[in-house]
Amino acid sequence: MKKKKSSFLNMFITLAVVTLAASASLGFVYELTKGPIAKAQLEKQKAAINEVMSGFDNNPIEEVLSFAMPHSQDSLLFYPVMQGETKMGFAVKTFSKKGYSGLIELMVGIDTKGNVKQIAVLSHKETPGLGSKIKDDAFKIQFIGVQQGTALKVKKDGGNIDAISGATISSRAVCEAIELALATWQENVSAQ
Amino acid sequence: MEKVLSPRENFVKGFIRENPVFSLLLGLCPVLGVTSTAINGLGMGLATTFVLLMSNTVIALVKNLIPDKVRIPSFIVIIASFVTIVDLVMAGFLPALHAQLGLFIPLIVVNCIVLGRAEAFASKNTVAASAIDGLGMGLGFAFALTLLGAVREIIGSLSLFGWKFAPGDGLLVFVLAPGAFIALGFLIALVDWYKREQEKKEKNKKKVAV
Repeated sequence: MKKKKSSFLNMFITLAVVTLAASASLGFVYELTKGPIAKAQLEKQKAAINEVMSGFDNNPIEEVLSFAMPHSQDSLLFYPVMQGETKMGFAVKTFSKKGYSGLIELMVGIDTKGNVKQIAVLSHKETPGLGSKIKDDAFKIQFIGVQQGTALKVKKDGGNIDAISGATISSRAVCEAIELALATWQENVSAQ
Repeated sequence: MEKVLSPRENFVKGFIRENPVFSLLLGLCPVLGVTSTAINGLGMGLATTFVLLMSNTVIALVKNLIPDKVRIPSFIVIIASFVTIVDLVMAGFLPALHAQLGLFIPLIVVNCIVLGRAEAFASKNTVAASAIDGLGMGLGFAFALTLLGAVREIIGSLSLFGWKFAPGDGLLVFVLAPGAFIALGFLIALVDWYKREQEKKEKNKKKVAV
C-alpha cells in the first residue's frame, strides 16, 4: 500500500480518526475498570479501619461523618465504629502535607476517651527504605495510647517520639497528622 | 540498507546488544526512579513491555495510513492510550503495586524508548517484526530494571523481592537516588565488558576459520 500524502484533508482525517479511536477505547476500558478501582479503594479503607479499630460490627464507611478541623475551612472524615449499640470510637482519616515527598495520609483509631488505639498509613510517597518505615510497627507502636492534648514531637524537637533515623521529616509529618486528628476530635467529639 | 534480522535475533537484541538501558541508555528516568526494589523494577518493566508491544504492533499496522507530517502526534496519542489503559487496569487489579509506582506509570508516555521504537522500527517494518521488536525491547527493559532493582534491594535493604535474608539496614545510599546512579554505572560497565568479550570471541572464531 502506498503511503498517504500529507495533504491538509488527509492530516485532518487521520488525526480525527486516531483521537476518536483512542477516546473510544479509553472510554471502554474506563467502564470496565471503574468497578474494580472503586472496590479496591473501598477495600483499602475497610482494611485500614479494621486495622486501627478491630472488633466492630457496623458499617463505618456508610455512616461516615465529616468534622471541621480547628482553625481551618477543611474537614476530616470520621468513621464511627460501633459494637452493637456501644460506641467504640472513631477511625479518623487524617493527613499531613509536610512529608519528605508531600502528602502522607493516615488512619488513626481514637477510642471514646480520646486515646489513640492504633494508626495505619493509607498512602505516602516517602523514600523507600527510609521514610517508608513510618509503616513499620516499631515506629507506629509509639503512638498507641497517646492521649488527646499531648504534644506530639520527635525527640530532636524536644518531644518523646523516637524519629526514624534518617527520616526525621517523615516522622514529624506523622506526628503532625495524628495531632491534627486528635485536635479535630477534641473540637467536635469531646464537646458533644 | 541494514541487514534484515531473523525473528530470533530481532527478539534477543533487546537483552544485551541493544538493551535500552545498558546499551542505548534510553528512558533512564524511570530506571533510576522506581528501581529501589526488584518488585518495583519488574512491575514497571512489564508495564512498559505491554505498552511497547501494543504500540509497536498498532503503529506498524497503521503506518501507511498516517501521513508523514502528523505521524508523531498520531504515535503519541496511540502510545498515551495504551499507557492510560495500563494505568487503569493496574489501579483496578493491582492497587498495591500501582500505589508504589505512582506517577511513573503515566510517565511511560514520554519514555523515549517507546516513541523511539515506534519511529525507528515500527514505522518502517512489518507488523510481526515490530511486535517481536517491541516484546524484545520491553523485556530487555524489564530485565534491566529488575536487575538494577535487585542489586539495589540486596545492598540497600538486605532483601530480595521483599524477602529479607539478613537483619539490619544495609547501605542506605543504594536505596536513595545516588545509589541508583552508582549501581547503574557498574552494571553498564559490566555489560560493556561482556559485549567486548563476546566480540573478541567472534573475531577469534573468524581468524580460525580464515
